[in-house]
Amino acid sequence: MTLSRLPKLMSRGIRTAIAMSVLAASGYAAEITGAGSTFVYPILSKWSTTYSTKTGNQINYQSIGSGGGIAQIKAATVTFGATDKPLTPEELQTAGLAQFPVVIGGVVPVVNLEGIKAGQLRFTGALLADIFLGTITKWNDPAIIALNPGIQLPDRKITVVHRSDGSGTTFNWVNYLSKVSDAWKSKVGEGTSVNWPTGIGGKGNEGVAAYVNQIKGSIGYVELAYATENKMTFAAAKNKNNEFVEPTEQSFQAAASQANWTEHPDFYEIITDAPGAGSWPIAATVFVLMYKQPKDVPQSKEAIEFFKWALEDGASDAKALNYIPLPPALIKQIEAYWAKNIH
Amino acid sequence: MAPAQQVVPSGAASLVQGTNAPGPVQPHARDADGHAARREQRDQRNDTWFRYVVTGCALFVLIALLGAALSMLWGGREAFGTFGWSFLWSSDWDAVQKKFGALVPIYGTLITALIAMIIAVPVSFGISLFLTEIAPAWMRTPVSAAVELLAAIPSIIYGMWGLFVFVPFMGDHVDPWLDEHVGPLPIIGPLFQGPPIGLGMLTAGIVLGIMVIPFVSSVMREVFITVPVQLKESAYAVGNTTWEVVWDIVLPYTRSAVIGGIFLGLGRALGETMAVTFVLGNAHLLSPSLLQPGNSIAATIANEFTEADSSIYLSSLIALGFLLFVVTFIVLAIARVMLGQLAKRGGKL
Repeated sequence: MTLSRLPKLMSRGIRTAIAMSVLAASGYAAEITGAGSTFVYPILSKWSTTYSTKTGNQINYQSIGSGGGIAQIKAATVTFGATDKPLTPEELQTAGLAQFPVVIGGVVPVVNLEGIKAGQLRFTGALLADIFLGTITKWNDPAIIALNPGIQLPDRKITVVHRSDGSGTTFNWVNYLSKVSDAWKSKVGEGTSVNWPTGIGGKGNEGVAAYVNQIKGSIGYVELAYATENKMTFAAAKNKNNEFVEPTEQSFQAAASQANWTEHPDFYEIITDAPGAGSWPIAATVFVLMYKQPKDVPQSKEAIEFFKWALEDGASDAKALNYIPLPPALIKQIEAYWAKNIH
Repeated sequence: MAPAQQVVPSGAASLVQGTNAPGPVQPHARDADGHAARREQRDQRNDTWFRYVVTGCALFVLIALLGAALSMLWGGREAFGTFGWSFLWSSDWDAVQKKFGALVPIYGTLITALIAMIIAVPVSFGISLFLTEIAPAWMRTPVSAAVELLAAIPSIIYGMWGLFVFVPFMGDHVDPWLDEHVGPLPIIGPLFQGPPIGLGMLTAGIVLGIMVIPFVSSVMREVFITVPVQLKESAYAVGNTTWEVVWDIVLPYTRSAVIGGIFLGLGRALGETMAVTFVLGNAHLLSPSLLQPGNSIAATIANEFTEADSSIYLSSLIALGFLLFVVTFIVLAIARVMLGQLAKRGGKL
């Protein structure tokens, strides 16, 4: 008897499933689409889960890379684009786009050296540039020893590890090196991918983290989250205020709050080499791009609602994932900017 | 050719009709004749359709190939137009200055594929020789199934194995030894000098070799089985060793199929992406040393496509894809010419 009832039960199950999916589909009236930066993907997906349980609105974010995000928003196939490299006000003007920051992260130098603990090794920006230029090749180079008295540095070759794919992490890293080293600026320059003078390339933050963990005597750069999750040996760096700081939430926050956001239109400000006491010199901002006069107004409004919620109430999610929420003063400026620019 | 084929089924049909209709045949025969004629017509029509279908299948491959090649040429036109022929031999790859050249990826692709084939061909030959001539019967099926299973492993798994298991092994044991003992030698020395980081063209070549082995060896095994037993038995009967039988009887008999199998492996080695990306080092460096990191065409495209932020950058990557076509075509053409010469020599012997 139970067996003969099985097909009936199954068909009823299928019908219920179909009915439910139809209901569910009609429930998702607002689906906001976005694309871009991989750097921001973990926090955006966390925010969108929390947000959709609260409001039922879905955010569909494709982490295809900042370059891809810019291309997609310019083609108007998505409601918002996310990029680690801000567009200039002129470029925004031509494309009819508005730009605002959403979250701050940080890039940290990581090393693999026996007997060295996290935060113990110290670098200046110029020294990092020389290492990544390949002009300093040994760990016991006088320039490194002078900065790190009392640390036993081995006579080992330095293996530089960089990103093999174009990336916002790279952009912020080389932007910093360009600001602090004229040699870097003239020989290599800045961009999401550059012509590395030396070293090996790992794909993604995880690729760089894997190489640095494996190759003795290597140095690389990753997002703070990867450094903490993989328990990597990060190093301290000298900031504009001539103090050595470790990459921590406080030093990132300091960098974010001391950047002068009001002075630059469309928040066009790269906060590497930030001034002020206790600022981490290689902090990175993720920007969102949206149309000033969107074709689909309700969708755009939904997206703004989402970012408003994320900026005001998403701080704990951000901190849990090692991102730094924006300072409250900046959030106010962004909300004023929305009211003025996005219709 | 086609008419001859069409006659056969109709003849067979009338034959069947004849045997099936005994006794007074006259009225039925006319009927059967008409039936046969109709049937012949139908067969002819079906034959024509069949020809169209199979020709279409073959054309599909050609059209897909041409379409892919031409669309990549079209996508890469900006790069070819800007850099001209120098795109082929420039070792620049600078997204900031917007200067691109394909030399480093082409070099890396060819060298890693060459190392892979140097490893894969002898090993595959050994595997198939063992499986067809030496292994006891009970062992053949499980071992050949295991070899074919190797072919089903996704390349990303090879890449991860390469990165987490093989790279540290190379870095700790193989690279330092090579650098110390082979590095100082004349001529081949410069090939093996370098830092012991474990990543590089040698590692990539070895991982590729392991990936290619199942393809080459399963083709070789299949064709070795097709050698008539009489040929082998008579060779054994006049006192040949197993090696002599394989080298003088089996290999000449299966030569073209064996080389076909090697092509298959070579094609995979040239175009492999994920596994190479993990272990090659992805650095645009041109170095004679196999221990230094390099880059390959497929790895460059996979790494850089998502963030190619200027049109010339994107175009250069697509142009690289087109060059992979050209490189593969040239390599296969050279191999085919070599095969032709082998066949000529074989004929003389």
